[in-house]
Amino acid sequence: MLGVYLTNLWASLPFFFKGLWMTVQVAGISLLLSTAGGFVLGILSAQRLRGFKWLVAVYVDVIRGTPFLVQIFIVFFILPEWGIRLEAFASAVLSLTIYGTAYICEIVQGALKAIPRGQTEAAAACGMCWHQQMRHVVVPQALRPMLPPLVGQYVLLIKDTAVVSVIGLTDVTRVGWLTVQRIPNGVIVFALVGLLYFIICYPLVFLSNRLEARFKVDRNLL
Amino acid sequence: MLETFNFRVIFVMLPQFCHGLAGTVWISLVALAGAMSIGVVACVMRLSGRRWLSVPAVVYIELIRSTPLLAQLYFFYFGLPSMGLRVAETWTGIIALALNSGAYMAEIIRAGVMSVPAGQVEAATASGLGFFQRLRFIVLPQAIGVSIPALLGQMIVLVKDSALLALISVFELTRAGQLMASERFMPAEGFLTTAVFYLLIYFVLKYASTQWQKRLIFQPAV
Repeated sequence: MLGVYLTNLWASLPFFFKGLWMTVQVAGISLLLSTAGGFVLGILSAQRLRGFKWLVAVYVDVIRGTPFLVQIFIVFFILPEWGIRLEAFASAVLSLTIYGTAYICEIVQGALKAIPRGQTEAAAACGMCWHQQMRHVVVPQALRPMLPPLVGQYVLLIKDTAVVSVIGLTDVTRVGWLTVQRIPNGVIVFALVGLLYFIICYPLVFLSNRLEARFKVDRNLL
Repeated sequence: MLETFNFRVIFVMLPQFCHGLAGTVWISLVALAGAMSIGVVACVMRLSGRRWLSVPAVVYIELIRSTPLLAQLYFFYFGLPSMGLRVAETWTGIIALALNSGAYMAEIIRAGVMSVPAGQVEAATASGLGFFQRLRFIVLPQAIGVSIPALLGQMIVLVKDSALLALISVFELTRAGQLMASERFMPAEGFLTTAVFYLLIYFVLKYASTQWQKRLIFQPAV
């Protein structure tokens, strides 16, 4: 019986690769957008803009405090009620971007906070405007400590794309869910799904481990 | 936007949401207990210095960290029956949650153990304490004390992850919102109420985490 299942699974492999491509697309677009969004919000909220800082804090708390599943339901089921019609792919990318931006914004804020005030003051004393201070002094220094948590967050975000399968987007997880209806052996089907995610995520997990180890050694030397 | 929002129905459905809240809390607590036990065991195995213990622990941790919880959940949900095991959905969900969170807990506790100075372990060995005594009385109390804020952070993640159990028809908060959306065709009321309940849990845990961090700072060097 297992042999029959395995040959059937082998035959539906192209279907899995299609799903993988969908996962890569959704993850890639939303990672790019949320990195951009997170940097913009993080850098802006490090400035002395009272109301804005407070708004960003509320946004981050609301996103961090609710499950992504609920957020994607809100985007997918409630926005149409308010007259905003989006198809599944756009809803998935939009909700992932809103979700990822909050986490990346927090990482950026944390890294910027660690840069000593003297750096900006010195840059200002050299006659740099705000944009130059950020571009040449603050952000380049913040990038290094930011990198390990950022890569870790990317892994988490890629894994969270599995949830978009619930709104009918045919990513790897949904392909597995559809396949298990035909090939009734959850172990082999979802082992394959897991393997495909592992291939994407493990290099990043490995990189994040390495970066963390390297960063730690540097800190001990100081 | 909110003029069509029906607060009366929320009050009518409130008992269902409280029931869901109880479900989420109960599931999270049981899964947390499981995850902590798995985490401590996996961490000790990983740091034991014996390959036949540390290799399985590393494989477990990296496998869990590189695959999405939803795929793991489906693996158990569809996989356990095809291995001839009949388990209630709630327990399937709790097993998947505990195994998933256990890997992250192991990494957090490992960071805590690393922060215990080597001199402590040497002193304990010199005092004639065995491996388990050192663990029980010297290393783990300090390691867990230091990692409480991170563990509470992981607990927030665990509570939010338990939302995915709604997809295998376990009754908890998200499922309550889903039922309201499908029975009364009120997704806005249903999912926004769900989100508010999750935010309540989030703020309680966040408050606990900041309080503990303050305590850690005021304590004389751990």
